[in-house]
Amino acid sequence: MSEPRIVAFLCHWCSYTGADLAGTARIKYSPNVRIIRVMCSGRIEPQFLLKALREGADGVLVCGCHPGDCHYHEGNYKCLRRFLMLRQMLGQYGIEEGRLRLEWVSASEGDRFAKLADEFTEQIRALGPLGGRAAFVEGTQQGGTSWAS
Amino acid sequence: MKTVVVDPITRLEGHGKITLFLGDDGELKNAYFQIPELRGFEKFLEGRPVEEAPRIVPRICGVCPACHHMASGKAVDAVYGVEIPPTAKKLRELFFMGEYIHSHVAHFYALAAPDFVLGPGSEKAKRHILGIVDKVGLEIGGKVLTFRKHGHEIMKAVGGKCTHPVYNVPGGVSRPLTGEQRDAVEKMARECVELAKFSLQLFEDVVLKNKAYLDIITGPAYKLEVHNMGLVDEKNRVNFYDGKVRVTDVQGKQIAKYAPHEYLQHVAEHVEEFSYLKYPYLKKFGWKGFVEGAASGVYRATPLSRLNAADGMATPLAQAEYKRMFDTLGKPCNLTLATHWARLIELLYSCERAVELATDPQITDKHVRNVPTKTPHEGVGIVEAQRGTLTHHYVTDEKGIIRKANLIVGTTNNNAAITMSIKKAAQHLVQKGKPVGEDVLNMIEMAFRAYDPCFSCATHSLPGHFPMEVTVVGPGGEVLQVLERS
Amino acid sequence: MGKLNVGVYWAASCGGCDVAILDIHEKVLKVKEACDFFLWPIAMDFKYADVEALPDKHLDLVLFNGAVRNSENKHLAELLRKKSKLLVAFGSCAHTGGIPALANFTTKQGIFERAYLTSDSTDNPQKVIPKTKVKVPEGELTIPEFFERVFALDQVVDVDYYVPGCPPNPERIWEVLAAVVTGAPLPPKGSVIGAGTKALCDTCERKRTGDKKITGFKRVATTDWDPEVCFLDQGLVCLGPCTRDGCGLQCVQHSNMPCRGCYGLPPDISDQGAKMIAALGSLIDAKDPEEIARIAGELPDQAGYYYRFSAAAGLLERRKA
Ligand code: SF4
Ligand code: SF4
Ligand code: SF4
Ligand code: FES
Repeated sequence: MSEPRIVAFLCHWCSYTGADLAGTARIKYSPNVRIIRVMCSGRIEPQFLLKALREGADGVLVCGCHPGDCHYHEGNYKCLRRFLMLRQMLGQYGIEEGRLRLEWVSASEGDRFAKLADEFTEQIRALGPLGGRAAFVEGTQQGGTSWAS
Repeated sequence: MKTVVVDPITRLEGHGKITLFLGDDGELKNAYFQIPELRGFEKFLEGRPVEEAPRIVPRICGVCPACHHMASGKAVDAVYGVEIPPTAKKLRELFFMGEYIHSHVAHFYALAAPDFVLGPGSEKAKRHILGIVDKVGLEIGGKVLTFRKHGHEIMKAVGGKCTHPVYNVPGGVSRPLTGEQRDAVEKMARECVELAKFSLQLFEDVVLKNKAYLDIITGPAYKLEVHNMGLVDEKNRVNFYDGKVRVTDVQGKQIAKYAPHEYLQHVAEHVEEFSYLKYPYLKKFGWKGFVEGAASGVYRATPLSRLNAADGMATPLAQAEYKRMFDTLGKPCNLTLATHWARLIELLYSCERAVELATDPQITDKHVRNVPTKTPHEGVGIVEAQRGTLTHHYVTDEKGIIRKANLIVGTTNNNAAITMSIKKAAQHLVQKGKPVGEDVLNMIEMAFRAYDPCFSCATHSLPGHFPMEVTVVGPGGEVLQVLERS
Repeated sequence: MGKLNVGVYWAASCGGCDVAILDIHEKVLKVKEACDFFLWPIAMDFKYADVEALPDKHLDLVLFNGAVRNSENKHLAELLRKKSKLLVAFGSCAHTGGIPALANFTTKQGIFERAYLTSDSTDNPQKVIPKTKVKVPEGELTIPEFFERVFALDQVVDVDYYVPGCPPNPERIWEVLAAVVTGAPLPPKGSVIGAGTKALCDTCERKRTGDKKITGFKRVATTDWDPEVCFLDQGLVCLGPCTRDGCGLQCVQHSNMPCRGCYGLPPDISDQGAKMIAALGSLIDAKDPEEIARIAGELPDQAGYYYRFSAAAGLLERRKA
């Protein structure tokens, strides 16, 4: 199969710093994970996740500060609630729960992030490709303005 | 073999399409009526919370959304095993009368009347609602518009939203009626009674007093002997909102009377490859094909069949008219075109009933809902839609999520009968060796239109006639003749 | 300015949109003064052949209602695009798929099996399924092809404007027609017209309790709610946050019922479900994942609530089986 494509949304203060640490510490982790940095996990709009899946991600990883550590107080809890609701809803679209994962990663957990990235990549590899627009029912891939926006 | 295709005849949740096959000798071989559209409500209701159904199903039809809203609402009450407060029941019925008024008015004046008021032979370009206004005068034309608008306004005052209502909730309705709203409704309903009386008088003067029209109504082209179905109250009088379904045979004898939850013992649906719409029939007789008579399973559910299947009307003026109609035409009456008369009697009943309900001392009571407490399971709701008995049946899990839905929609009941009426009319008109003319189209149209098949075009069509295109194809496939109606 | 050539057409539609146009009542006459109707099946006679015979772009304005459900709907959409200068997706069905697009969560096969084989009243031992072409003793009959899914109008042809609503509010319809008729400068292509520019919540008059927090979802079926307080505050799903205003508060105010989103997305939002989840995420009062999952579980059919009218136009579609 083709390599799994994974999009990861990381909060700036903890998780991104953690991932960065993995990089500077030359801890190797799966190159399949493409990182998008946001200020806080509470800033991750559910539509970002939907767009990622639509545009070809086979899996989406969301990381924020550990409970209690969010720099904007409770952004990570907001993120958690949205994430759980969204993941549940996506079952109605035929998308497996395992394609979406949320983890708390602190600034010092570079190795943990690397491990998580590897593990999630294997998890997605096992689920197989999702395939972006072409994966969805007949005709959607031809697009229209609703799909183009 | 020659083929005559009439497409689009008009719309019923899509277009209706008629094909007439002529033999080489020019005689009618067969007639087909097809419904080319399906939307799959029964399937996509699955997995939805059952209380959402009354908000989803009205989109089956934007002309009679309240029928679906009512049948669905009753089915949901049954799913929850909840008895609704008496005031809620009256409010629902009052709301429903509003829809009956605007739908029946629109049908009579926009569709039926042009043929009779102006005459089936009148200039085509004038055979529409505006032509009627020309003939009967602007003042009356204005009355008709008021009549239809009152129907809408009654619905709005009672239920808040009129096209695609959201009024029914499990166990009752979403809000009580205020005294002010009640006053407005009563005033409109009273005016409606007068307008309905006027409409019957118009029918009397223009149609019944005209021998030529009466001959058309009673002629063989529009006679169809099938069973009749309609909802009746405990005294076997016509009721639109509640009661039991009664079926009488071609002689007028009762052959079935069932409560909503028993419908599966009485009705089944047949499938044909060439149409997306199924053909309901009476199980007792089975599906014997498109045939008339006492042994056939084909029945009708129309204003005429409701009156046939009942013993009378529950309001005084409508009852007098009921008696007059059957005294004139005999009972049971199998004359398809008498459906127009029956529809006016129903209109009068709806208006009278609206007054009764609006003046009921209980109508402004604040207790309009019993919140369900039982575990939901299964329920059937039946009302009389303007175009036939409407059945909604839901089965849910213990959380009230729909597992199975089954719907038998008003017009669907008449699918076989419409097909047969079209064929019959064509048979009487298509003559050996003669090219198919405008007159054929109008005859077919009149047969079809009497049923007021449930699509907006039929009830709200301003010109009062369907778009039709007839192509006559010769034995070698060559187009011999194209008839267009504009 | 001369009269406008106008057409109204319905595809997979319930007819309610056309009824709504007629419900502008007396103003119909004003519209008649300003417009020549070339096709409007509900109100006048027309033939496909007539439309085909028109020169391209002959119609100044076409209001297209109904979704695209089958091959015939698609054919007409293409034909009317060719014949019109301005093509307007009129009503929820044409705009975003509407109620018919709830079928997009299931399959064509599932729909056919339910309708023709397994429904309780169907008696079909021969397992007959309607076909697009059928040989009968006298010849051949055809019906259009039923598609695998429902399309919004802009998923099959280019669309100029959108009028939301199921059906659109008659008063707003008049505003739209009046704007085109008077030749007022038109908004940019792709705009939503005949509706507001805010979320429904911003115009709703139900009372809000400042900082809303809910600990669970309730269902309309089994709840007795306060007729004056915001539905969401009471734990009842109301799509106000992810719905454009402009309907005249028909459900939330006049009917004492929560909104189900028929006016579609407010500006700058690309998916009703995503927006609704965002709003609910801020509202739920829980931090424990299990507790949150329990609360989410009280909403049995999220997609069916959020995409009640927009399932054809969400960011995602159901995956192929
Ligand atoms: S948008 Fe609503 S009113 Fe219009 S056609 Fe669709 S279901 Fe009917
Ligand atoms: S959620 Fe509903 S009830 Fe509450 S403010 Fe918004 S529209 Fe009004
Ligand atoms: S309240 Fe919501 S569902 Fe009701 S009419 Fe307005 S936008 Fe549509
Ligand atoms: S800043 Fe990291 S989750 Fe809020």
